Amino acid sequence: MNDVTLTINGKPVSGVTEPRVTLLDFLRDVAGLKGTHAGCEHGVCGACTVLIDGTAVRSCLMLAVQAEGEDITTIEGIGGSGARAGELGVIQDAFCETHGLQCGYCTPGMILAAEALLSVNTDPTEHEVREAISGNICRCTGYVQIVDAILLAAKRLGQRNDAVPSDATLA
Amino acid sequence: MKPVRFDYKRPATIDEACGLLAGDDNARILAGGQSLIPMLSMRLSRPSLLIDIAHIPELTTFVETETHIEIGAMVRQAVAQKSELVKTHIPLLAKALGHVGHPPTRARGTVGGSVAHADPSAEIALVAATLGAEITYRVDGTDEIFDASDFFIGPMLTIAPPTGCLTRLSFAKAPAVCGTGFHEVAPRKSDYALASAAAQINFAAGSGVTSIHLGIGSVGDFPERLDVNQLCGTPLDDAAIADAVHAAMQMVETVEDLHATAAYRKRVATELAIRALRDARDEISKDLNQ
Repeated sequence: MNDVTLTINGKPVSGVTEPRVTLLDFLRDVAGLKGTHAGCEHGVCGACTVLIDGTAVRSCLMLAVQAEGEDITTIEGIGGSGARAGELGVIQDAFCETHGLQCGYCTPGMILAAEALLSVNTDPTEHEVREAISGNICRCTGYVQIVDAILLAAKRLGQRNDAVPSDATLA
Repeated sequence: MKPVRFDYKRPATIDEACGLLAGDDNARILAGGQSLIPMLSMRLSRPSLLIDIAHIPELTTFVETETHIEIGAMVRQAVAQKSELVKTHIPLLAKALGHVGHPPTRARGTVGGSVAHADPSAEIALVAATLGAEITYRVDGTDEIFDASDFFIGPMLTIAPPTGCLTRLSFAKAPAVCGTGFHEVAPRKSDYALASAAAQINFAAGSGVTSIHLGIGSVGDFPERLDVNQLCGTPLDDAAIADAVHAAMQMVETVEDLHATAAYRKRVATELAIRALRDARDEISKDLNQ
């Protein structure tokens, strides 16, 4: 058994785990964060996408021991914080508005892939959006509304920088 | 959890990693894990010990010499893709990296891991074989260097020493005027390619085309270099390129599987090789006309 200490959504988390436990299983079973979904569990579907230092990675393709000391963001860390705790973030809100989900199983991974893109590219083209989610499979929507959602979120986040400083006015 | 039980060690130096590898017949090196971890999860690989080389500082650096660019084995694919050294001096690799997996796997996957894993459809291995990159392994405290053109001998099979640790890849710098082309056909973007082709044409003022590198991947058991150097000194028109590629492809054996027949793979690889060479030629023409 190995000790693992990492940061998840800004909070330090420690656990004792076998080396063979993936980061995905660690997040779900040790940290109790069930928003990271187990899909194919061999790197094809993208349902388990999380962010490490803001970059999208597959949590099923990483052992928990490899994530020692890393700064992880899961879907639970994406919504509003502080006074806005429990509210949807801008990207989540855009997914609702454009009907970017049906069953919702792929959605946490899609939103984190979108978050990783929009954190480095505030005005992506449709091609760049499709490239960013190329590793995430959705079997319901046909992707069109997902791409719409990410473009809408980009537009709103862009507006927020220019003219609307508080996300309260966005809703 | 799906993998079998194993131990996990995180050495701080290459020699420590080699020592661990020599001490256990069933040990495996873990680099980025984007191929190894699925194999563990499917129990295709059942190691007793994983040696995580991610914390060995010298494996994550680029070194520029007068003639070569050396890439540490643990350099992540996403880092290599953004590297100015790679863009400037190994343009063919820069072009191919965009086809490797997708952004989340490139964020973790490594340049060296892909070569050591030796998947027949791996883009980085194809570029290394096409350009004849030097692959360095540390074995028993000494460096052994392999030519990437003869390094791959079968699916997931190389001539690498079993107790060696891949430490770096060394690519000759492309000349100031050169053209490159890379094409692949895959069922989906980021999926394993059914056929791929890489080409680089080197040019020198005064002497014209000095060498032509062409390789195809995904169609046989390993990436293969094709000899089309007879095109040097010709005007490189479309007909000559097509003839040379068809002739070179005659001896190539292609494999058949669930996804594509051998004949399909051969036909597509031939066409992609022709397109890659044309792209490379057109880049040079554009450079020279500027």
